[in-house]
Parts: sequence; C-alpha cells; structure tokens
Amino acid sequence: MRVLVIAEHDNAALKPSTLNTISAAKKLTDDVDLIICGFDCDNVATEAAGIDALKNVHICNSEHLKYQLSEDVTQIVVSNAKNYSHLLAPATTFGKNLMPRISALLDAQQISDIIEVIDECTFKRPIYAGSCIATVKSNDEIKVITIRATAFDPCANEGGNAEIINIDPIDSKGQSEFVSEELAKSDRPELTAADIIISGGRGMQSGDNFHLLETIADKLGAAVGASRAAVDAGFVPNDYQVGQTGKIVAPNLYIAVGISGAIQHLAGMKDSKIIVAINKDEDAPIFQVADYGLVDDLFTALPELAEQI
Amino acid sequence: MKALVPIKRVVDYNVKVRPLSDNSNVDLNNVKMSINPFCEIAVEEAVRLKEAGIINEVVAVTVGSSASQEQLRTALALGCDRAILVETDNDLEPLSIAKILVKIHEKESSDLIILGKQAIDGDNNQTGQMLSALLDIPQATFASKLEINGDNANVTREIDGGLQTINVKLPAIITTDLRLNEPRYASLPNIMKAKKKELDIINVSDLGIDIAKRVETLSVEIPPERDAGIKVESVSDLVDKLKNEEKVI
Repeated sequence: MRVLVIAEHDNAALKPSTLNTISAAKKLTDDVDLIICGFDCDNVATEAAGIDALKNVHICNSEHLKYQLSEDVTQIVVSNAKNYSHLLAPATTFGKNLMPRISALLDAQQISDIIEVIDECTFKRPIYAGSCIATVKSNDEIKVITIRATAFDPCANEGGNAEIINIDPIDSKGQSEFVSEELAKSDRPELTAADIIISGGRGMQSGDNFHLLETIADKLGAAVGASRAAVDAGFVPNDYQVGQTGKIVAPNLYIAVGISGAIQHLAGMKDSKIIVAINKDEDAPIFQVADYGLVDDLFTALPELAEQI
Repeated sequence: MKALVPIKRVVDYNVKVRPLSDNSNVDLNNVKMSINPFCEIAVEEAVRLKEAGIINEVVAVTVGSSASQEQLRTALALGCDRAILVETDNDLEPLSIAKILVKIHEKESSDLIILGKQAIDGDNNQTGQMLSALLDIPQATFASKLEINGDNANVTREIDGGLQTINVKLPAIITTDLRLNEPRYASLPNIMKAKKKELDIINVSDLGIDIAKRVETLSVEIPPERDAGIKVESVSDLVDKLKNEEKVI
C-alpha cells in the first residue's frame, strides 16, 4: 500500500486542508508521498519536506501550472500515479474540481468526501446532505478519494526530512485559460481553519448589520460566516457560506446568529464542538443542535455580547 | 450551436431521507422524486442561451429507469427541445454515467454540455469532470456566470476563496452552482406542449459499456445525533458558560 496526496497550495504555502488529507493518508499506511503542481512553488516543497508523515515530496514546477488548471494538473498526477494504491485530495473546491478527472482517466470510481477510514478499501461518507452516513467498499485497483478536511485532525508540519524529487512537466493542452480571480481579502482567519466562527443568517436583515458580528469576531479572533439565505439575499459574498453547498466547518465554537437552521446549513456545521444559537424564534430548528441557546433579539444580544467578552 | 443537458431524477430536496430498517440502503419507497435542483439550473441556463439566440437546440438526457421520463418531461416543459432516456433499472455510478454520456455526446455532437455540479442524493460531484476527462475537452465547474463568445466561453467559478474566471474552448463541460440563475416554473401550456415533444429511449445494453459497480454500499446509517443542549437566560449567562465551563473563549 502506498498513498499519494495531491497538495492544495497557493504557490507560497500549503493550504491547511493538505495537512488534514495527509492525516487521512496516515490512517491507511506509513508510506505517504505528496505531489505539488504549481509555479515558483519551491517554498511549498521545502515546507512539505518538513512534514514528518511524508516520505517523498514530488514537485512539478512550471509556468503553465501557475493557476493549477485541472486539465494540466490531471496529466501530471495521472502520469505519476502508477506505483500508488490510493490517491487522496481534500474535498475542497480544488479537490472536487480535480479528482474526478484523474479518477476517470485511471478508470476508477472515485469515493467522494470520506469522513472515516475503516480499512484500505472501506470508508464512511455522508450522503443526502449528511442525513445518512454510508459505509462503502471500493473494488477498484487504485482508489481515488477526496477527504472531508474537518473529519481528520491536521498532521504536524514539523520533524520531517522527506526527499524532494523534481518531476518533468507535461506541455499544457491549452484547453482552458486563466482570466482573473477575485479572492476575498480579510485579516480574519479562513472559515475552514478558524477555531471560532460567528455566522449570520437572514435574521441579520442587511449586509451592513454584519458589522455587529465582525466586532465580536475581531475580539475573539474568529472568522465570520453566513447561511445560504444570507448569501442569497445579497448580504455577504458567497465565500462566507457555511453549509452543504458552501464550506463544511468544525470549529471549537460556532455561534449561529439569526439562522433558523435549515438542514443544508446544519450539514455544514453540526460537527462543531460547541454550538451556540441566538435567535428570537424559540422554535427555530437550530436550537435542536445547539449546546447553548439564547432566545433573544440579536440586535440587543450582539452589542451586549460584544461588551462582555 | 447545440447544448446537451444531462439531468438526474432524485429524491425531492424537501424529503428527509432515512435508512431502510435493515440498514442496507436508503429507503426510497413512496418518496417524492424530482429533477435534481442543480440540473434544473443547468436546464434554465441552456434555455436562456437558446432564448438569447446563442444556441439553436437544447437536448436533455438522463440515465435511469423508465420513471425518469417524468423528469425529462419537466425539462421539456422548461424549454428543452427534445429528450433522450438511456434506460436501465440498475443504479449506476458516476463513472458509468460519464461513459454513457460520452456515447451520447458523440452521437449528438453538442457544442456545450451543461450539467449540475452534483446530485443531492449521492453528493458525489463527479460526473461532469469525469465526462470532461473522458472526452478530453475543457471543464468549467461550479459556474456562477457563463458568457459564450464565438467558440469560447468565459466562465466565473465559485471557489473556496471567492471567484475565479477562466476561458474555455468549445466544446466544453460546464457544471452549475447555485447562483448561476434562478430556474423558472413550467407554465401549464408548456407542460401540455412538452407531452408532444420527442423523447427517444435507448436501452443501456445497446451502448456496449461496462456498467458493473466498482463500489459496494455495505450499510447506511443515521449519523449520531447531538445531545440536546440547554437554553440560557441572558447574554451574561452565555458568556459565563463559554468562559468558565467550556473554556472556549
């Protein structure tokens, strides 16, 4: 058994989801390698070589891989996949976009978004937006898997001395071209990496009112999230969205404010350690998953909370 | 220009799905079935491109049992021109479905394939990307904006950090995200008209594709429930619990 993890990174550093994926790989075997496809990404390889859990770090450094377009990355991963029994990537938009291509070209049926490794062929994964958990067994020779990052603790990124191996790039097919990117810039932690998240729903009534959450977030060092209802209403951009079709999070503390608790939202946050709900509707379903519920008008509760923490 | 829109019949999104009593699979007896919401967005986008004069023909296709004709009729009522059912009583995996769609695309020589990013039953999020790889044509997944310019498409994609725009050469695969559009409702006259539109049925065995399952479902269970928590009386109560009992702030 030998596992190849596909690194998610931004050419400067590994994304935290890569560390969770390496942890999942370690549950299968101690023979874990990493592959990095990018441009000017030597620092990523150096960082990765320091991860104790890794044996080899393969790096493919080429200008056409700068934006890691899926068609180009697929070619490189597929041509380096031969000696592996499992290929793993995080089930982030990066991994979701990439892995099915690799899987199809290797003629394997991918297993998406696993939350538990039972043995080398058997895994647990949520279906129907997390309403059920399926245990599935793959009979493919090579297993292509995406992992739900919040279900695996990140591995330590120190103590290692992996060998860095350069691999030759393959010419781009030129099928897709990068045009532009609008990435949210914020001094707050990323949603998927935050210890504390405070999220707002339709009850916030407007985007301007999100400053009530931001004040608290800044005091706690927390990230700010939102329900789909708040995103669809145009209060905040889509990258705030926590839920089945947004980001899946599992912080130590999740504070849901003015969120009723639709199943799609619960699917994205119900694995949080402590859940707090603030809502003026005492029948809101969010209270059924909340460890601490406060039935109150958020416009009076939030300023009080900001003052007392 | 021709658009192919693969769709899927799934359990309606309002239904709370439960496992069978022997936990062998989910219980699909007597539950309401609908067109997958992301597929509905794909249909809407293709129909809008037709209304804008960019596309001449929209062909809906599904792989499934005879009952899936119902969802194809819905797609026809929403504005698709004709439909194809690849009939099978087996529950196929995304890889098999992608292989079937390769055959349909080759037959139809479509310029654009628009499909939902995932079906809300298996939550796999695979078919579009697999189809793109097998056809060796570009993909633009999780689209929130689509602009066709000649034989190229500019697609804005929803990614974890925000939005990314890429340009793909046609033919290409587009998978839809929630904010691409808001699907219309089918009007009664259009539902009536849809009954007369062409719906071809192909038996899956005629396509000569290996559709054997690669992944077995061993069991399906309800996830562990969270214990019911407590209600606190005031903000200061809440802060006290979080600071002194849970020590999370």
